Amino acid sequence: MTSLDKPGAAARHLPGGTRRRRGRGGRRGVPLPLLLPGVLALAFLLLPLLALLIRAPWHSLPDQLTSAEVWQALRLSLVSATSATAVSLVLGVPLAWLLARTEFPGRGLVRALVTLPLVLPPVVGGVALLLALGRNGVIGQWLDAWFGITLPFTTTGVVLAEAFVAMPFLVISVEGTLRAADPRFEEAAATLGASRFTAFRRVTLPLIAPGIAAGAVLAWARALGEFGATITFAGNFPGRTQTMPLSVYLALQNDPDAAIALSLVLLTVSIAVLAGLRDRWMTGV
Amino acid sequence: MTTRSVHRIRTLQLAGAGAAALLALSACSSSGDSGSSGASDTSGSGKISGTVTVFAAASLQEGFTTLGKEFEKQHPGTKVSFSFGGSDSLAANITSGAPADVFASASPKTMAIVTGEKDTAGAPVTFVRNQLEIATVPGNPHKVSSLKDLTGSGLKVVLCAKTVPCGAAAQKALDASHLKLTPVSYEQDVKSALTKVELKEADAAVVYRTDVKAGGDKVQGVEFPESAEAVNDYPIARLKNGKNAAAAKAFIAFVRSAEGQKVLAEDGFLKA
Repeated sequence: MTSLDKPGAAARHLPGGTRRRRGRGGRRGVPLPLLLPGVLALAFLLLPLLALLIRAPWHSLPDQLTSAEVWQALRLSLVSATSATAVSLVLGVPLAWLLARTEFPGRGLVRALVTLPLVLPPVVGGVALLLALGRNGVIGQWLDAWFGITLPFTTTGVVLAEAFVAMPFLVISVEGTLRAADPRFEEAAATLGASRFTAFRRVTLPLIAPGIAAGAVLAWARALGEFGATITFAGNFPGRTQTMPLSVYLALQNDPDAAIALSLVLLTVSIAVLAGLRDRWMTGV
Repeated sequence: MTTRSVHRIRTLQLAGAGAAALLALSACSSSGDSGSSGASDTSGSGKISGTVTVFAAASLQEGFTTLGKEFEKQHPGTKVSFSFGGSDSLAANITSGAPADVFASASPKTMAIVTGEKDTAGAPVTFVRNQLEIATVPGNPHKVSSLKDLTGSGLKVVLCAKTVPCGAAAQKALDASHLKLTPVSYEQDVKSALTKVELKEADAAVVYRTDVKAGGDKVQGVEFPESAEAVNDYPIARLKNGKNAAAAKAFIAFVRSAEGQKVLAEDGFLKA
């Protein structure tokens, strides 16, 4: 994410783009039929998180959180989510550009397929990955035979599973930004003699950096919380493939307190990163 | 962007309407059921009718489905309705008030959750037992013949996580035979452990005999003596909040009868 160095107009990409309304309206002008369900929605979204805080085993929390396994899982989660985001950036930004700026037959279909992992149950994604990249999979068997590479049950497998579910968030976000960005800047660069790739690198990329940042944050957050595809494709082994969501789920089976403690950690990390990135990249437009 | 989001909202509305319709339908059907079971209560003694709702461990799915159909045939006017799932989540459902007549669990530990909350009517009885078995890929190319063979290097073995019953049982068997086994993964339940072998991603898994049976010709079972150290008892009990006590009693009796035991034995269960 270090390549994203131009803060800018990205508020529209985030669900919480309330700046304008707050500036104009004020609370008095809000009609009750909107206020009531709105407040209910807020309560519905925040109450479960509040319950987590209320039911947290605060007295035993230090013991729960200083265990080596927690840090192992957290570190693995952060490393794999960041790697998955990097993969998504390297592959997803070009894909978004192709979808937004080129014409080819079946483009609508391709765009629909790109969004498929968004609505697919993650477990199905995991099964599909196994069938494609598993030791016995369509491509995986050749990886194994030719290079001796097997992806399931490895950290690389975790990164792939996370990238599979997270990349569409980035692609959609970047594609939307590209469509909103004025293509005339690129055309101007082209008339001045820049090649199309140079124009992309020097003109388009800086222009859409905020959209890329927003997409990267979404992808990262999605990757951090990924469970179904990970446990299906990469399995669950402490230190290698056991990310935080997996350890939360398994802890819940026999030690709910530990599961709550782990959930708190994940919640804190997510909030900290989202808030931090929001301040840095998403506001001040 | 805008047209797409409008489109998306419409899809959501459609989905919402569909969900609402489904809810309404299920509400209708469940009220119909309770009506008929109410009728059975008033009809009195010998003859049973109405719906029996049975919460049963996922591993019982095949056998209990067969038993349910047979029970309905023997008692015209009855309907057996199943909810299969992980024993601990079923137990949690029951203690939080799910309307069920019978609970069949894969371990005494999960049954104890329900009896502990005083939700059972009468003491649970063990009706079958399940033993561990090694599942290997068909043909057993690595010549696995004992638990010890799994500890050898180069084999990709998956175990259930220690927190779920099959994992706890596997650990017990390993401890009893002083073996140390490093799997490639601790799976979240027995079926996903089996799946990894079925897809040939893993070379072997420690699962239940019943799972090997259910896996058909996609896996090959290898029995091992240490599994005797970790046999799982399956208890069944009638629930206090059940609406159809007579039919529930009859269903439990049927499961424990020679006929019921035969069906379950075909799935790989052992006699209690």
